[in-house]
Amino acid sequence: MTPELTAARAGLARGWIEFRQTLTTPADLMTIAIVTGGLLVAMIWTRGTSVPGTHFSLGTTMLVSVLGLNIGVNGLATMGGLLAAEREDGTLLRAKAIPNGMLGYLIGKVVGVSGQMIFAVATTLITGIILFSGLSVASAGAWLTLAWVVVLGLLATLPLGAVLGSLFPSARSAGLMTLLLAAIAAISGIFYPITHLPVFLRWTGQVFPMYWLGLGMRSALLPNALAAVEIGHSWRHLATFGVLSAWAVAGLVLAPLVLRRMARRESGSNVAARREKAMKRL
Amino acid sequence: MSDVLNVRDLRMRYGRTDVLRGVTFAARRGEVVALLGPNGAGKTTTIEILEGFRMRSAGEVAVLGTDPAHGGEAWRARTGVVLQSWRDHGRWQVRELLAHLGRYYAPYSTAAVRRPWDADDLIETVGLTGQARTRIRNLSGGQRRRLDVAIGIVGRPELLFLDEPTAGFDPEARRDFHDLVHRLTDLDQTTILLTTHDLDEAERLADRILILAGGTIIADGSADELSRQLATQSEVRWSRDGQRFVHAADDATAFVRELFRQYGESVEDLEVRRASLEDTYMTLVRQAEHGTPRALTAVAA
Repeated sequence: MTPELTAARAGLARGWIEFRQTLTTPADLMTIAIVTGGLLVAMIWTRGTSVPGTHFSLGTTMLVSVLGLNIGVNGLATMGGLLAAEREDGTLLRAKAIPNGMLGYLIGKVVGVSGQMIFAVATTLITGIILFSGLSVASAGAWLTLAWVVVLGLLATLPLGAVLGSLFPSARSAGLMTLLLAAIAAISGIFYPITHLPVFLRWTGQVFPMYWLGLGMRSALLPNALAAVEIGHSWRHLATFGVLSAWAVAGLVLAPLVLRRMARRESGSNVAARREKAMKRL
Repeated sequence: MSDVLNVRDLRMRYGRTDVLRGVTFAARRGEVVALLGPNGAGKTTTIEILEGFRMRSAGEVAVLGTDPAHGGEAWRARTGVVLQSWRDHGRWQVRELLAHLGRYYAPYSTAAVRRPWDADDLIETVGLTGQARTRIRNLSGGQRRRLDVAIGIVGRPELLFLDEPTAGFDPEARRDFHDLVHRLTDLDQTTILLTTHDLDEAERLADRILILAGGTIIADGSADELSRQLATQSEVRWSRDGQRFVHAADDATAFVRELFRQYGESVEDLEVRRASLEDTYMTLVRQAEHGTPRALTAVAA
């Protein structure tokens, strides 16, 4: 087996170990429960309200859109935040000090974060199927659409998240990313149809992957008639595919360049300096 | 046989500041070399250049026969770096992490050097058997440092780097750590380069001490050699008629002979002390930092 292949397999194992750690760490499970629980309360609250112009439940629409939000938040904020934090605490330097360690580290991160993302999507979806009616989960087409949106969502967000994580100078500043994402989510039609936003915000929202992830999820799991309330009265599969692919390509081209630059700069004294700085803040 | 480390006229400049101005030294296989110097002397810069983590401004560097600026993954597999852990891998268990990191070295195993080091065996070597299944964030400071060493040697490196390995240790943890390093050097023919600002530590651990000050190596030799070469003066103290005298002498024996010849039995409380290596070190460093000529003057404090 070549050294690279060995490292790639070690990376897969690393991702699995870290995913398992998330599921066995009470603090992590608590965070997931609070976020998911909070969103569920909002959905149940709006279950009786209709999407404007239809008789369909706004809560159910929100639930489906939140699946897209899960992908966006995990792929961008979790990936970026972990990378920034692990650069700060020296995890990355450890990877650099062992042969092909960076390769294994990155594969591990992609696997671990994808695992968290799929876990978040699955728990939200299962809760939704139990608590909400009106989801079209009986057709094979629904699952097929769900599958390609998830896969394309991973490709569009993970490399981009890695780029963002390498650009932020510290784990603390990477926290800003979460705020920014919340702002983007607000104009991405996750919680309320985007058609009710001012034109300017509507266009801004459509630039980012979040809107398209939500749209893709709605197209997979909501009745076809609901396409009528979307922009252009259509699920716009082609545009969804196009925009998400464009983000995926941009991320996949940029990520190796930015990551390599970041890795090159790592050294013991840099980590020590950051540790000192972080200690002063405590 | 070629040297494990060969550094010639290494220079490093940050902006307009010269941190290293021509560092030259070499290390043979199995040697433990301490790079000793005050804070800011360029020890960390030097070791990071040799680790391949930092680019140099000028000079020739060969580590295991390769320029570390272009060292590939196969070269990386032959080196070990002991890093100061902080909170990385906090959720991992000790054995889990060592077994995981060891996997990367398996393709680089040779008939002469079996890689990686078996996880259980390694855990026993560093004295963490009782903590094998402990999560890393629950280890004590001393235990973490042993884990750091274990991670550094899991690939059975031919050359091991230790940058300020005992900074922030209490005396007991420091002694434990020294014992561990001694055990390592007994086990394999591992070459070790360590940096420290503690002369005592350099004396305890190293076969050879390089003193780095003002961006160059100002002394190079074993602790004994350095004392003999550098600590040439002695301090002679005595009293006569109730009065105390102190004199710094190059040849203490001749001086004392002369003293007795002149004053005979009135000489009392005679004391002759060779200047310690520490006195010499302090003097050398002070001279290098203030740019005064490298002559040994006024060693007697």
